Amino acid sequence: MASTFQRTLRFYEATIGKKALIAVTGAILVLYVVGHMIGNLQIYLGREALNAYAHKLHDLGPLLWLVRGFLLLAVVVHIVASIQLWLMNRAARPSRYVRQSWVKATFASRTMIVTGPILAAFIVYHVLHLTVGRFHPGFNHELDVYHNVVAGFRNVPTSVAYIVAMALLGYHVSHGAWSMFQSAGLHHPRYMPIVQKAAVALAIALFVGNISIPISILAGFIR
Amino acid sequence: MRIVLHIWRQKNGRSSGKMVRYELPDINSHMSFLEMLDVLNERLIEKGEDPVAFDHDCREGICGMCGFVINGTAHGPVRGTTVCQLHMRHFQDGEELYLEPWRAKAFPVIKDLMVDRGAFDRIIAAGGYVSVSTGSAPDGNAIPIPKDNAELSMDAAACIACGACVAACPNASAALFTAAKISHLALLPQGEPERHQRSLRMVAQANTEGFGACSNVGECEAVCPKKITLENIARMFRDYIGASWTRRPAGASRG
Ligand code: FES
Repeated sequence: MASTFQRTLRFYEATIGKKALIAVTGAILVLYVVGHMIGNLQIYLGREALNAYAHKLHDLGPLLWLVRGFLLLAVVVHIVASIQLWLMNRAARPSRYVRQSWVKATFASRTMIVTGPILAAFIVYHVLHLTVGRFHPGFNHELDVYHNVVAGFRNVPTSVAYIVAMALLGYHVSHGAWSMFQSAGLHHPRYMPIVQKAAVALAIALFVGNISIPISILAGFIR
Repeated sequence: MRIVLHIWRQKNGRSSGKMVRYELPDINSHMSFLEMLDVLNERLIEKGEDPVAFDHDCREGICGMCGFVINGTAHGPVRGTTVCQLHMRHFQDGEELYLEPWRAKAFPVIKDLMVDRGAFDRIIAAGGYVSVSTGSAPDGNAIPIPKDNAELSMDAAACIACGACVAACPNASAALFTAAKISHLALLPQGEPERHQRSLRMVAQANTEGFGACSNVGECEAVCPKKITLENIARMFRDYIGASWTRRPAGASRG
């Protein structure tokens, strides 16, 4: 009898299995991104509130590393499965159309493989920048998160890079957040239009919420 | 009306093709698209040139033989229509039209606008059927079927296997076709006994044929002449995921 391990491997081998994994890991990452934004918006409550939040997270100790490891695993699976499917999909259409037009396909849906890798690169930069303190001359290693964020975003090119990355995140999520339901086989004509609108709303909320921080800092509203 | 055509000409599967320009100055707007190509072909034959090869049969939108890409859209600009049911009145006088075959690794070009869709037949052969016992005909309506399911099944069964979904998909995926063929059986009690095995085998066959993977772009649904919906693809995913995890190997039951 096929072991669970063999079953998992066979499931992964299939395109639908990879899609399901991309959906599940995508859902994990979207939930994380929402939580991350809500946490960061505490910057509007002032220095103490944000720093207290940062300390609370750090005090989790090993649990924090467990969560980080879990997120990293989700990111890796999401990326590896996506690239494998992308290669397969390119091979399935060896000759391009001379003329190509799209009836319904959204820009976001067709550019997932472009926005994805840029976001991956951004995540690496973001962790180095605001967690590790690289590329960040005024970085305070005493966990003064409030200071690090404000000092980091005073730099205009840095803020612009973050804002562009958040626009790409918005595009990625506007397709991904409904697509994950479809990939998992959840589609009902009554609910799907709502899910699709909710995905766009979520994408906009993520974009606006996140970029509000560098913009507020550049505008001198947060100092 | 005057129509300028740029048509993909390719001698056979091994040669490489190219776009060739043709001009038709006197097209009647009531002609169907294929009748317009018939006129072109008659003239090409008169001139001793090779006519443009394209698939067609019923010319009434029900057989699924016809189909090519017009200006980047499978079956052309009118939604829910095969190219044989498309009429020249939908185009402007003097319009330039680019005609290309379905492009997919799994659909090799036979000649010009004609492709080999044998891959679809092999997907059906892999599981797109119900096994029935021979003998006397069963009583009609002996098995109750909810009206909604019967309707949904018929909607899926409207698929004519033309291949437009593959042609329109940026990944050349056969998901919509395979899903329609899985769905119209899965929604009926007669299809239930082989439901799991069917989804596993047909999806595996589609992969083997070299079709790409669905990325939920929805272009297939938009060009489908029978308006088959993405809901069917989700049903296929559901069946496949369920079957992958719950299927029991042959002989595993101890009943
Ligand atoms: S020729 Fe039969 S559907 Fe067009």
